[in-house]
Amino acid sequence: MHGVTDDIMAAMLLLNLAVLGTSRLTFCITLVAAQGALVGLLPLVSSSGVTLRTLILAGVAITLKGIVFPRLLSSAMRGADVRREVEPYVGWGFSLLLGLALLGISFWLGAKLPLPPAAPESAFVVPGAICTILIGLLVIVSRKKAVTQVVGYLVLENGIAAFGLAVVPDVPLLVELGLLLDVFVAVFVMAIIIYHISREFDHIDADRLSALKG
Amino acid sequence: MRIESAVHFAAALVFAPLLLGIINRTKALVAGRTGPPLLQAYFDIFKLLGKGAVYSRATTWVFRLGPAAGLAAVALALAFIPFGGAPALFPFSGDFLLVVYLLAAARFATVAAALDTGSSFEGMGASRETQFSALAEPALLLGIIAVARAASGAESLSACLGAIDGRTWAASGPALALAAAAWFTVFLAENARIPVDDPQTHLELTMIHEVMVLDHGGPDLGYIHYAAALKMWVLGALLAALLIPVRTGVWAIDGAAAAAGMVLLAVLVGVVESSMARLRLVRVPQLLIAASTLSVLALILLMR
Repeated sequence: MHGVTDDIMAAMLLLNLAVLGTSRLTFCITLVAAQGALVGLLPLVSSSGVTLRTLILAGVAITLKGIVFPRLLSSAMRGADVRREVEPYVGWGFSLLLGLALLGISFWLGAKLPLPPAAPESAFVVPGAICTILIGLLVIVSRKKAVTQVVGYLVLENGIAAFGLAVVPDVPLLVELGLLLDVFVAVFVMAIIIYHISREFDHIDADRLSALKG
Repeated sequence: MRIESAVHFAAALVFAPLLLGIINRTKALVAGRTGPPLLQAYFDIFKLLGKGAVYSRATTWVFRLGPAAGLAAVALALAFIPFGGAPALFPFSGDFLLVVYLLAAARFATVAAALDTGSSFEGMGASRETQFSALAEPALLLGIIAVARAASGAESLSACLGAIDGRTWAASGPALALAAAAWFTVFLAENARIPVDDPQTHLELTMIHEVMVLDHGGPDLGYIHYAAALKMWVLGALLAALLIPVRTGVWAIDGAAAAAGMVLLAVLVGVVESSMARLRLVRVPQLLIAASTLSVLALILLMR
């Protein structure tokens, strides 16, 4: 195993586990930003090489995921006056172990999955992407804070982007940019929602929304 | 058995306490103090060996056996640890399991002696020590398996660490780096260094290792200090062999590179100790689980 793609995927896996492991919200956001920037780098090192198309894609993705989203989230946090600790439903050590189990599952699944024969250039990308998706889901369901759930959503999106790059190398530029725009709008809306939840209820504990009566 | 292996074994027995001196010197330098002399650990051990021993009437032979058995187990483990590119004194296939269990046996001797005193205080330290070491062991073992896998399935510590060279690092660098990070965490935890345990402290809330040896005195305490130094050498030699992949085949160069690696490691520990505070006790298991996670990740990266 070697090559830049492999290194990037290894770093992404490490960042996944780190997101599960941190107790600081701000650090969590930084980690996701780093992961987004790494995913943005993927098209540049893929088989198609550095072309105008990959340059535009990488530039837009890195700007959005590495710079804009963390800014949005941090400002939402400041606006909502969030306490800085992540509040998990499952404990820290246990969620790391769950993450490891998911890692194992995704490597098993990556070996089983029927894929188009030409696609994956590195044996790592598919299991790494599946693992990122699963861990994103885990973060969404196992954390109380709305901010952390947005972080989970971003991890999930990073996984999907990596998977797409691995399996379908030549998605039209327009579609990719459209996807990024969708994610941008989603995060924007979520940041606004976080602000409103906290203004209405004095907290952003999404768990209590389930107690609302219609 | 090769002559350089015997030389390395003897060097380990002689120079192990020097690591403590280097760590303390680094800490003193960073703090702007002069600090104790480099050979202070030797002075302490010799002073203790010259004293008489006092045993409480509440203790039995278990308490007297503990320090000697611990020292013997760690010294035996040293015979299976390669240094630099040179193989260990008695390498055999699967010796890494024996090394891990010899370290566990040494710990068992210390814990049994601590429990034998009947002091609740020492029982608390024993409980903490066993809890943390149970978490540190998988990190070490899985890391060894990952490194062995990177060295194309070598089965003894000497063979697998001897096969780690620049090319292995180029081929599976990320996985080896993860394993090294896990080993470094285990190194800090097992040797009671700062993020896990503070070797200087005498505060009952925070002590782990120091608690268990409070009732030992004289030569017994000297044995314990010496065994702790040897244990640091055992784990440090593994790390140095992994991180300094100098395998020229010329014995003097490889050995000198590994020795330089040991000194660097001691300086690194000193810097870590000067720049970090102790972790809260509930955080320590989390740190060790994270180390195990790194080892598992390294292993998975190499399984492909």
